[in-house]
Amino acid sequence: MSTQPAIRLSGLTKTFGSVTAVAGVDLDIAPGEFFSMLGPSGSGKTTVLRMIAGFETPTSGTVELFGKDVTSDAPFDRDVNTVFQDYALFPHMSVLENVAYGLRVRGVGKAGRESAAKDALSLVRLDGYGDRKPSQLSGGQRQRVALARALVVEPKVLLLDEPLGALDLKLREQMQVELKEIQRRLGITFIFVTHDQEEALTLSDRIAVFNEGNIVQLGTAEEVYRHPKTTFVANFVGTSAVFSADEAKAVLGHSGACAIRPEHLEIVRGKTPSDSVTLKGKVAETIFLGASTRIIVDLDAGKRVAVLEQNDLAQTEATIGESVTVAVHKKFLAPLT
Amino acid sequence: MKLTLPSRIVLGIVAAVTLAFIYVPIVIVVLNSFSTSKNLTWPPPGFTTEWWVKAFTNEAALAAVSTSVTVAFAATAIALLLGTALSFALHRFTFFGKSTVNLLVVLPIALPGIVTGIALNNAFRTMLGLQLGWLTIIVAHATFCVVTVFNNVFARLRRVGTSLEEASSDLGAGIWTTFRLVTFPQIRSALFAGGLLSFALSFDEIIVTTFTAGSGVQTLPIFILENMFRPNQAPIVAVVAVVMILIAIVPIYLAQRLTSSDSSR
Repeated sequence: MSTQPAIRLSGLTKTFGSVTAVAGVDLDIAPGEFFSMLGPSGSGKTTVLRMIAGFETPTSGTVELFGKDVTSDAPFDRDVNTVFQDYALFPHMSVLENVAYGLRVRGVGKAGRESAAKDALSLVRLDGYGDRKPSQLSGGQRQRVALARALVVEPKVLLLDEPLGALDLKLREQMQVELKEIQRRLGITFIFVTHDQEEALTLSDRIAVFNEGNIVQLGTAEEVYRHPKTTFVANFVGTSAVFSADEAKAVLGHSGACAIRPEHLEIVRGKTPSDSVTLKGKVAETIFLGASTRIIVDLDAGKRVAVLEQNDLAQTEATIGESVTVAVHKKFLAPLT
Repeated sequence: MKLTLPSRIVLGIVAAVTLAFIYVPIVIVVLNSFSTSKNLTWPPPGFTTEWWVKAFTNEAALAAVSTSVTVAFAATAIALLLGTALSFALHRFTFFGKSTVNLLVVLPIALPGIVTGIALNNAFRTMLGLQLGWLTIIVAHATFCVVTVFNNVFARLRRVGTSLEEASSDLGAGIWTTFRLVTFPQIRSALFAGGLLSFALSFDEIIVTTFTAGSGVQTLPIFILENMFRPNQAPIVAVVAVVMILIAIVPIYLAQRLTSSDSSR
């Protein structure tokens, strides 16, 4: 890792009137990193992105880009580009003109910018679409054009503001793979804003989980998922059964609040696995999910948990109302602060 | 929706009568401009192109046309400049008294022309000590022309939003480049429509003009009003009216073409 971070945010704060959107964010993002800002709407993640891009001026704090303070620079003076949530393609220009725009305003000649734009279109697999108008494209194609338009000027950092939000599931999954490939190939820093935890987990090297204007947890996808630090993260990133300190003591015989992922719980028939906590309960509901089944169990100790079981051949079905024993290995009790 | 035969017939008759009510008088004016009768008796006893020739060689009529066109162009130019600036100010910025300014801008279109006329007349003559003439007519017309441009451009700015400009700025374009390559193309048709409307408003304005024109300058509507009941001038007035209809149809046709091509985009 280079000593110079691609982006450094120090004490970044933004208030709109009496509302604090971003409350003192400190963050370093390394060059070449695929970094996600994950959080519910209103958590401040988009405002942070807009301050990095230069569309919002921070109330206090600084934004550094490769060691250079750009806090008060205009967007057009910053070496970052944005893929907008609504794509913001220029409707009066053709696809090729859209993609070539960044080069055009930098004074690149017509032949040079058009050939670069064609290369960029080919990178996002839209060869031959150059003459169309944005209105003649599908949502997924517009998304690619927006990506090509931002990449053609070779930014050091690419900001993506919920770029896949408007696409349907299949297309979204396909674009996720493509984004990851493009990022790896170009080696530039991607900062990806999303409220979709699955998307963040799939794509990111690191994730910052935002809530109420601040980062509540920062780490790799695995860290954030495996070891959620707070109840908020445990519930926002994936789902968890959350036990308060008192509940943990009474139900699990464990000291301190903790969270358990559904896939770490299993229904045991026969021998209890070693180093596990076992809990007795009744099956309240079973939900078939295809590859797996979610079994909702009401524990006798008065808590409801979800168990996720893989649907393989060895599986024995749970029936509603059945008394079962649920087990979780002690290492999967994720402590919460 | 399916209509019964009687209701279709009734609706057809109502529509026909309404359209006839609007267009028959216009057709009569056109016919009268070719009538051989000096006091426009109906039906015309015969047809001649004499009045057209006379009208086109009538210096007062020609001067009035040229005055009206000049005034309309000048008022429209002022309206385009101020109306656009105003709509940007009110759309993009928040400042103290913003909603008051918004109301004050739109108010002149609702004020009765006679009030505007008297007010401007007083202001020009007694307060500013100006001689009534070209300048005062143009300024007076601009007061209500600004509103049409403002309304058109403001509505467009609201529809387009600011994300395109952010994208342009993000891609490295400075403020003026963004305006030239992105903002202006987005508001161009709104400017054109607002300008046409403003031209048309100014071109046939008569009440405010009466109070601000003074004696030296005669616009086309005032020429018509003054000559309508003079002996021997009636057919010439009919010719001038037909010319006005022709001049008025073009901008309306263009504005409609423009808005329909906009919505199909």
